[in-house]
Amino acid sequence: MDPTFLKTIFGRLTIDSLPIHEPIVVATFVAVVIGGIGVLGLLTYFKLWGYLWKEWFTSVDHKKVGIMYMVLAIVMLLRGFADAIMMRGQQAMAFGANEGYLNAHHYDQVFTAHGVIMIFFVAMPLVTGLMNYVIPLQIGARDVSFPYLNNFSFWMTAAGAVIIMMSLFIGEFARTGWLAFPPLSGLDYSPDVGVDYYIWALQVAGVGTTLSGINLVVTIIKMRAPGMTMMKLPVFCWTSLCTNILIVASFPVLTATLVLLSLDRYVGTNFFTNQAGGNPMMYFNLIWIWGHPEVYILILPAFGIFSEVTSTFSGKRLFGYTSMVYATVVITILSYLVWLHHFFTMGSGASVNSFFGITTMVISIPTGAKIFNWLFTMYRGKIRFELPMMWTISFMLTFTVGGMTGVLLAVPPADFVLHNSLFLVAHFHNVIIGGVLFGAFAGINYWWPKAFGYTLDKKWGLVSFWCWSIGFWVAFGPLYVLGLMGITRRLRHFDDPSLQIWFIIAAIGAAIIAVGIGAFLMQIFVSVRNREALRDTTGDPWGGRTMEWSTSSPPPHYNFAFTPVVHDLDAWSDMKARGYERPVEGYRPIHMPKSTGTGVILAGISIAFAFGMIWYIWWLAAISFAAIVGVSIFHSFNYDRDYYIPADEVLHEEGERTRLLALPAGVGSHN
Amino acid sequence: MPHLPPVASAARVLKGRWAPLALLALLPGCNMVVMNPSGDVALQQRDLILISVGLMLLIVIPVMVATVVFAWRYRAGNKDAAYDPDFDHSTMLELGIWSAPLLIIIFLGAVTWSSTHLLDPYRPIDRLKAGQPLKAGVKPLEVQVVALDWKWLFIYPELGIATVNELAAPVDRPITFRITASSVMNSFYIPALAGQIYAMPGMETKLHAVLNEPGTFDGIAAHYSGAGFSDMKFKMLGMDQSGFAQWVERVKADPRRLDASIYTRLEKPTEKVPVIRFATVEDGLFGKIVNRCVEPGKPCMSDMMGHDRRGGGDPHSMRPGSGSPPVNDAAPMHGDKAEGALLKDPGEKGTSPHQSKERLPGSPGNAAPGNERNRDMTALDPRSTIPHARAAGAADRA
Repeated sequence: MDPTFLKTIFGRLTIDSLPIHEPIVVATFVAVVIGGIGVLGLLTYFKLWGYLWKEWFTSVDHKKVGIMYMVLAIVMLLRGFADAIMMRGQQAMAFGANEGYLNAHHYDQVFTAHGVIMIFFVAMPLVTGLMNYVIPLQIGARDVSFPYLNNFSFWMTAAGAVIIMMSLFIGEFARTGWLAFPPLSGLDYSPDVGVDYYIWALQVAGVGTTLSGINLVVTIIKMRAPGMTMMKLPVFCWTSLCTNILIVASFPVLTATLVLLSLDRYVGTNFFTNQAGGNPMMYFNLIWIWGHPEVYILILPAFGIFSEVTSTFSGKRLFGYTSMVYATVVITILSYLVWLHHFFTMGSGASVNSFFGITTMVISIPTGAKIFNWLFTMYRGKIRFELPMMWTISFMLTFTVGGMTGVLLAVPPADFVLHNSLFLVAHFHNVIIGGVLFGAFAGINYWWPKAFGYTLDKKWGLVSFWCWSIGFWVAFGPLYVLGLMGITRRLRHFDDPSLQIWFIIAAIGAAIIAVGIGAFLMQIFVSVRNREALRDTTGDPWGGRTMEWSTSSPPPHYNFAFTPVVHDLDAWSDMKARGYERPVEGYRPIHMPKSTGTGVILAGISIAFAFGMIWYIWWLAAISFAAIVGVSIFHSFNYDRDYYIPADEVLHEEGERTRLLALPAGVGSHN
Repeated sequence: MPHLPPVASAARVLKGRWAPLALLALLPGCNMVVMNPSGDVALQQRDLILISVGLMLLIVIPVMVATVVFAWRYRAGNKDAAYDPDFDHSTMLELGIWSAPLLIIIFLGAVTWSSTHLLDPYRPIDRLKAGQPLKAGVKPLEVQVVALDWKWLFIYPELGIATVNELAAPVDRPITFRITASSVMNSFYIPALAGQIYAMPGMETKLHAVLNEPGTFDGIAAHYSGAGFSDMKFKMLGMDQSGFAQWVERVKADPRRLDASIYTRLEKPTEKVPVIRFATVEDGLFGKIVNRCVEPGKPCMSDMMGHDRRGGGDPHSMRPGSGSPPVNDAAPMHGDKAEGALLKDPGEKGTSPHQSKERLPGSPGNAAPGNERNRDMTALDPRSTIPHARAAGAADRA
């Protein structure tokens, strides 16, 4: 066959691009295929395809989209954690003559993939999923402002995840570290597909993230129930609002930065190259102008969750609501003034470095205020140690240390000796696991009964809780120590045998965390199996304070039969205190958005487009790009996008809820 | 007692009942070089870490204690504790909540401002150690550092010598490092001596430091730079005056000479490179490396920028095309730049093989990932930098 012809058809994709010589990858592939066929077979056997497509994939219901985000995050957590285990294993064994089991090509891909997956495809979907599920319920809305956009955003995020997973079996992933700094990520030093996979996975997912940010900002601003002024907005919505403002303002920077890098790689421009006026330092600036706000994008919703949980399980109003809100806003603004602390060591002058060091420290003031506010919410409370509260207390103990090491790293001369070290690695895992992940677990345990109508099993939840809380310190405590021993990150092999014990301890910690993840999955499995025993009929198992607890669990498709009217912060508490009577008649038809498959289709074509760009298959890229534009235009002519839920159906649903509420109190309830 | 490797003995201890305490006991045993450095700058940075942590513990410890105490005291089961569900505001408390961290940050901020200026890597050293100011007229030792793929090149301009992966310096004499890189970003870091600073291609960074104790210290690359990154490290030898003079003599006795052509060979990616010493160095090599014009015939960046400044057009003229200096019109300065993917003909697209499979004929590939034969990136035999050895090596191969 004419090689030019083949190249035109397949770009640079050849048989050699498949990792058929890699036992580990081939075994993984076989396992994925067998598992995949099994799942697909079961779906076909139980005739679930139609159900999934109609009720989930094409659904624009914010609750279902939120749950799909969570499923995506949990699946990707397993992938990202597999990478973590591989790294811990390599570092625990690769001493002296032992080179470990991963060569540089593998190991460098593994740590890059771990970082990218954990930030973009675990932490982001976790917070986006929770925000999606909870915000409309908390503000008394029936859906988000742009329901179709919401479904589309999810599928674009999922498409990004698919692209990154594809790199495992076709070609390879970037070997650059999770931010792909040039010149290393430029065409001169990374000519293969790895960086292209990186760029297109993030670009496709970034479309979803940006749009979902816009969606949630508009939802919170425009769709609050009557009476809910901004200062009566639940704290979780406040932190989410700030997070989404950060998303809207910062993700375009990431997109633009990656576009510049793509131009360097695809058209031969010189934005970040070593020659012809290119400036790689500019990439550091640009990517961190996105990257630092990103940290707050992740942590702010977690702060909101902790606020809701502390107040609910202490049986008290949140202490210092106003100062909590201002603290959140101050953090939002300050998060744009600190990016340079990620590269104090790049040779900026002392005045610039101290400016950014001090702005970074200033963030610890509102953050500290938040911690105190949670403390004084617990003060004179009646604390129930349910799982969400336990995660919160573990967070307060863990995160404080992470915050402290963070402020330490903000002192430029201290950063000079700790930058890029394992101390830094320990620090950011300390805040991201101790903050974001613990927050997500608190949120999942807290809102699960709302989403599914039964609480999560406490026994397995406790196992997961203790494994994570202890495993974290066993895994990352040694890294703090190693950082002080001058050990830098991303090393694949060590000479000094006296270090090995620390890496072995860290690997044991990772194993404990693995048990924690297993226990979490077990917790879900056991809870689903015992759902009748764990059933909550009240819709308000925790004695909740905000409006999501006023409707049934799971909430009806339309969330609220009547739009609630808000008179106080902690609206539901207030309604309960004033002896609120649920209306049981006078229902009217409810106007709702219709499902659409366009999101799935567009995301699918985006994968094809990305694949074409990655492998230089220009015809595929061109056709899929045209298809994306075409389908988008076509969809805009779809006028059949809403319907009414008839009053009878509402009456039926609400009647069912009336029946459940009339059951003897305490059936499966924790109250 | 038989000699046990550290892991085995630690594992034995771990079996004991006091395992957690035994782990703590490991702490002082290990060499926390950042906490126990040998250079005055790193020592001041260590002190700064201790001061900052101490300051922050003033608030962190009470918060952690209060978390546990409040959680326990106000547990639902405790009937003796007060319960006040509407306690959600107290102006005095909030004042305290905001001002306690504020006070600490004001103090820490002041420390940060002054220490950042005092310990600025660009600021020349003015003391050898605490209470021992630098005598007037002491000229610092200048060392030019080049981060190559994946080894470190050190040029001593006043001595006219150069070394690869070995840095020597006399104690108690200030050192001025001028740092650059050949290909990708890196970071030059000797934990025992002073903090790190990035090494960047086409740019020069500076670091001033002084070593106070003789010894052998680890130097590392502290910014990931590609496949050979793990082994990109060197030893720093701290010696007294006479020891350093002897070391210089030994280097000068080496037959190797570092010139532009050897540098272009040295620059090629190699891993685990042993120490190489060069008795003489071509004049102005470091300047050429920074300005990316080592290769003969390449224009230097500094010349081009000078040219642009002189004739780059009048930025205030409104004529089209006369704006910023035409930097981007220039020919590539260094090597041949890779062509953008869209501009390639189909035949030029290349392939992107899954690169971790075996690449050299006869190498075991993934069957033995750790095997030395998989490391085909070592393109340079250190012996080949000696002219006569190169000829001999060629004869061997033939």
